[in-house]
Amino acid sequence: MDCSQKNKMMPNGSMRVENLFHSFSEANGTVKVLNGVSLEAKPGEITSIAGPSGCGKSTLLYLMGLLDRPDSGKVFMGDLEVQNLEDDERTKARNHFIGFVFQFHFLIKELTAIENIRLPLLKQGKDEYSANQKANELLSELGLESKAQRPAYKLSGGEQQRVAIARALANSPKYLLADEPTGNLDSSNSEGVFELLDRMAKQTGLSVILVTHNEKLADLSHRKYWMEDGRIVI
Amino acid sequence: MLCFKLAWRFVIARKRPMFLSLAGIVFGVSFFVVTQAQTSGFEKFFIQTILGTNGALRISDRFQDTYGTVEQVDDDGDTRFLFHSREGSLYHEGVDQPSLIRDALDDYPELLGVSEIIEGSAVLDTGFRRKSIVLNGIRWEDHLQSSDLNNQIIQGTMNNFSSDQMGVILGSRISQRLGLKIGDRVSLVGGTGNLHLRVSAIFESGVSQIDKNRIYIHLITARSFLGSSSGGSVFQIAINEPEHAPGLAVQLQSSLNHRVVSWQERERVWLDVFKALRFSSAITVSCILLLSGLGMFNVFAILVIEKTRDIAILRSMGFSRMDISAIFLWQGTIVLVAGITIGSLFAASGTYLISMIPLRIRGIFSTDSFVVNWDLNHYLWASCIAFVFVAVATWIPARRAARIEPAKIIRETL
Repeated sequence: MDCSQKNKMMPNGSMRVENLFHSFSEANGTVKVLNGVSLEAKPGEITSIAGPSGCGKSTLLYLMGLLDRPDSGKVFMGDLEVQNLEDDERTKARNHFIGFVFQFHFLIKELTAIENIRLPLLKQGKDEYSANQKANELLSELGLESKAQRPAYKLSGGEQQRVAIARALANSPKYLLADEPTGNLDSSNSEGVFELLDRMAKQTGLSVILVTHNEKLADLSHRKYWMEDGRIVI
Repeated sequence: MLCFKLAWRFVIARKRPMFLSLAGIVFGVSFFVVTQAQTSGFEKFFIQTILGTNGALRISDRFQDTYGTVEQVDDDGDTRFLFHSREGSLYHEGVDQPSLIRDALDDYPELLGVSEIIEGSAVLDTGFRRKSIVLNGIRWEDHLQSSDLNNQIIQGTMNNFSSDQMGVILGSRISQRLGLKIGDRVSLVGGTGNLHLRVSAIFESGVSQIDKNRIYIHLITARSFLGSSSGGSVFQIAINEPEHAPGLAVQLQSSLNHRVVSWQERERVWLDVFKALRFSSAITVSCILLLSGLGMFNVFAILVIEKTRDIAILRSMGFSRMDISAIFLWQGTIVLVAGITIGSLFAASGTYLISMIPLRIRGIFSTDSFVVNWDLNHYLWASCIAFVFVAVATWIPARRAARIEPAKIIRETL
């Protein structure tokens, strides 16, 4: 994506979904996962989506993150309607505007901590030097500067999750989509991660969409949605 | 470049499976080159031997006049004839008018040398032993242009022969059989009577049939001995591009009205044997490469399964389907390039070592060690075959990797 294309597509403002429907085909037939979900996540805020297992939280997140396509409904990044973008455009949008954090960090184990963080930057076309600089900034922000050259698989669970957050923030996204980022961490690490996301949101105007089981964390969010059976109920 | 770097990291992180894939390619490439170097080495050596001994082309018997029939007579009296094919037509033995043939051959710039030979049968008699031989009467200066006789001489010299009108060059097996050495006298019996010759040189072509039957004497001496002032000759011809001999043979045959046989037609049986051997070994070794390819396919298919989650993550970071394919194709390329490079080094070392192995062969050619052919084409062919197998072995898993839907994988992983 060159500069003109990027500017043309530069989303500003909230991420919104309107009346999203989504279903999966399974052997026993079609399973409806989302039944007309609408919500909004504003910049500089943490928006949490909570609810019981299987209610469609993660599916909603992947639709918002352009990893999947809805059956119907709309996804907006600012004023841009993005759910029908071509595959190439979706890929570029993920690289430039979206950061993902998953429950199981999903670091690439063959790479070191800093190499994992540099990946989205290098994919954007940044040179090695500026990618290293940005990755080091993030590592020191997250208190991991001493672990930069450590292979990902040699980091502790908390460290791995922080590296995953650093990787998600490396491309300075507009939207950070976090799917149970604290689900695999103890309470102290969970709070640490939440505080970190909150700080980033406030500092950078990032819009954080947090899927969580943890009601305590959900309560700490600026905006909270509760889902049941593929619907927003609160 | 990013995809290449990732591919490199993935390759070096999986040492054992990648080493096995690499070993398959190294083994396949080196084995292919070594077997081709051997079989084509012997074939090339055989061709050199027979070209050096009997030339690329031989002009022999004159065709009987072609049988023609009147096909049509027009109203204005013009007559059209139909001439039948020379397939199966009869010959008059030998070249009819050698001097005319020789003049006609001057018009062909692709000919390197033309040697008129008069052939006949006789018996060599030492007084103690006799042996039937095939005598070849030659003009030595012409014959050296169309053969490798000078290099085939193992005792005596060509000068001995050229300066002695009654000199004879014997095949090595004849000299052994009759116990003759340079300077010895020997009688040639048959033809118009007896001829007393002096052994000027002994040659060894390596072709046992020639070494135990052929002698060379001067053309003029042979004519006098066989009682033919002209005719009964053959022409042995060397050409600058021996592989074009069949085409030239057809051309000469139609213009000279004599039977012209190329070395490929003359030695078809042996050439077919070599061809069969070469193909057989190529097929065998290609099967090894195919097995390597299957092994590699297996490694890459498993790799894609192992890396499914990483692929999903890379996709979520903004790597396109093409990038994902590229990462796997680069891995295949890295293993392929390393395999071809190391395989070629092994092949060159193996070929050299094999060429050092002592092996005495006398029969269709003469050698005391394995004959190998250093030919870049063998390396190119091995590389091409390895490329095809590796391309298929990596392309299918790479394509599968590119089709992975990230949301589905992440959902299933959680």
